[in-house]
Amino acid sequence: MKPTKEQSLWMYETMVVSRRFEEAIEKIYLEGKTPAFNMASGPIPGEMHLSNGQEPVAVGVCAHLDANDIVTATHRPHHQAIAKGVDLKKMAAEIFGKSTGLSGGRGGHMHLIDPAVNFSCSGIIGESCGPACGAALSRKMQNKPGVAVAFLGEGAANQGAFHEALNLAGAWNLPVVFVIEDNSWGISVPKSEVTAVARNDVRAAGYDMPGHYIPGNDPYAIFNIAGEAIARAREGKGPTLIEVETYRLAGHFMGDAEQYRPKGEKEALFAKDPIPKMRERLIAEGHAAESLDMLEKRAEARVAEAISFARDSEYAPETDALTAVFV
Amino acid sequence: MLDQPTNERRLTIARAMAEAMQQEMQRDPTVFVMGEDIGGFGGIFGNTRGLFEEFGKERVRDTPISETGFISAAVGAAMDGMRPVVELMFVDFFGVCFDAIYNQMAKNTYFSGGNASVPMVLMTSTGGGYSDAGQHSQCLYGTFAHLPGMKVVSPSNAYDAKGLMTAAIRDDNPVVYMFHKGLQGMGWLGTEAGATVNTPEEEYTVEIGKAKVVRKGTDVTLVGLAMGVHNALKAADKLAEDGISAEVVDLVSLVPLDRETVINSVAKTGRLIVVDEDYHSYGVSGEIIATVTEHDISKLKASPARVTFPDVPIPYARHMEQFCLPNPDKIVAAYRKM
Repeated sequence: MKPTKEQSLWMYETMVVSRRFEEAIEKIYLEGKTPAFNMASGPIPGEMHLSNGQEPVAVGVCAHLDANDIVTATHRPHHQAIAKGVDLKKMAAEIFGKSTGLSGGRGGHMHLIDPAVNFSCSGIIGESCGPACGAALSRKMQNKPGVAVAFLGEGAANQGAFHEALNLAGAWNLPVVFVIEDNSWGISVPKSEVTAVARNDVRAAGYDMPGHYIPGNDPYAIFNIAGEAIARAREGKGPTLIEVETYRLAGHFMGDAEQYRPKGEKEALFAKDPIPKMRERLIAEGHAAESLDMLEKRAEARVAEAISFARDSEYAPETDALTAVFV
Repeated sequence: MLDQPTNERRLTIARAMAEAMQQEMQRDPTVFVMGEDIGGFGGIFGNTRGLFEEFGKERVRDTPISETGFISAAVGAAMDGMRPVVELMFVDFFGVCFDAIYNQMAKNTYFSGGNASVPMVLMTSTGGGYSDAGQHSQCLYGTFAHLPGMKVVSPSNAYDAKGLMTAAIRDDNPVVYMFHKGLQGMGWLGTEAGATVNTPEEEYTVEIGKAKVVRKGTDVTLVGLAMGVHNALKAADKLAEDGISAEVVDLVSLVPLDRETVINSVAKTGRLIVVDEDYHSYGVSGEIIATVTEHDISKLKASPARVTFPDVPIPYARHMEQFCLPNPDKIVAAYRKM
């Protein structure tokens, strides 16, 4: 399965939006946190998990989804949210803790929920898997169209929740696709040290579903395999497990000194940055550099607009903290 | 603070915890540590720093993100003669592994009629104040203390942190060791300076189940634990400016709970304010007030009060979270209302 011209350009532009968004967040996050780094201070406080480098997974998968489909995402959710079509302005405002944010500032960056496009995420590892099964079951029971995609990290594949959800999906033949973003690090711990198998796709066999491993952080390969898996789910043929080799170009969170990385690893990853690589491929396929420049400018403008919206928005009254516990 | 040694060796809670584990691992080969990022990384909150380098990866084991697996494994190892210290990185993550904790760790001693023991320490970080939102900022003191079968401690300073960790490792029962992130001495968490105190290099224990009167007073008793103690001490300073003498009780342990120290203090002052960063309802604050009123309500000159986190998930936005958190001004206001 190959992306159409429109799909390729959408994937590229969305990757650029995501990267520019993370770069903007990174810069603003550091405001008020120098010279002493204190997580609590600045316009964006708290933990911040950036998705730089992992964009191909989000766009390669979400290119096959529309707003009606369901995505459950991780503690590192920005690229997944952007690719799923979460309102960028409301998402930025949420990260700033503003009243115009997705939850009015209650949830924050790890807890983005946008019912308009069926997107949610959780800060707890592995907890994307069960809800995706439930959403897929709901569509089945209601005889409504739509598939669910659960994103997770490779570390989450060692959680009970992952294995239980895969078994459910297999046993109930659910229209769900599990997509593991294997960035090879669980904070400071390498996958190889704590995982009994080298590749998690082999675990699919235990739940009687197809398993695929995609090397190289390649948006085209991801598009191809994810497209087949999602089509399969739509046809009622059941779940699929996909593991994608991707790169965490950032630390686990902002402030992570990453001393655990082997020397030279970061440089090697940056040399494989998927965004310039995709641009080269698009140009080789005959796209004019100027048209790609235009897409990049449009992406930057979208991000700038979202960030301005967030900055200019008001904080909710502090007493809003006490509301929305129940509907 | 009272009861402090006179030497000048100031440690953070993070270093005090690591030193206690180090000394216990040196003297007892059955002690080992496991958890996520506790190896070469030294623990997300710095509390295992140096252990990996000294003891290696057999005894300082980085685990997969498999809390049910490795906490259950600690139960099994503890029942088979080891003394594991296992870390649940954030207490909020208890949701994925609570069966291992309260159905196994906490009950196996009882189920064996006391013939088996589970000598393990479950250390876990608590507390917010730095906008980490609703899945990384809770305290859950009441949740753990409510369930029988596990001791629960939470230090407010490095001296207690070291002595409690040593006592917890040596205890033949499971001990839940809850350390507040804001007291760890990690600058990136906006640390409370009052938690970094003189700490002896030699090994010692702090008794589990014994509260401490950390400031003497006559007009009102402020009861807290962990960060609550620091809020109470600051409130006591403010009250003193108006000539009001507040006594501050650091609970140190929730299980066993030193009810006597609280009762004796309130018998003297006649007024009680409980400071608790955990949720308002069904928690530590209610338990302390019930303890005092059940014992002798006539000792109270005013209705007791509590300064707690309201019954809502921890909000992300800084101003909302700060609105919800206990602070010294809220404690002073609670006294004024008495």
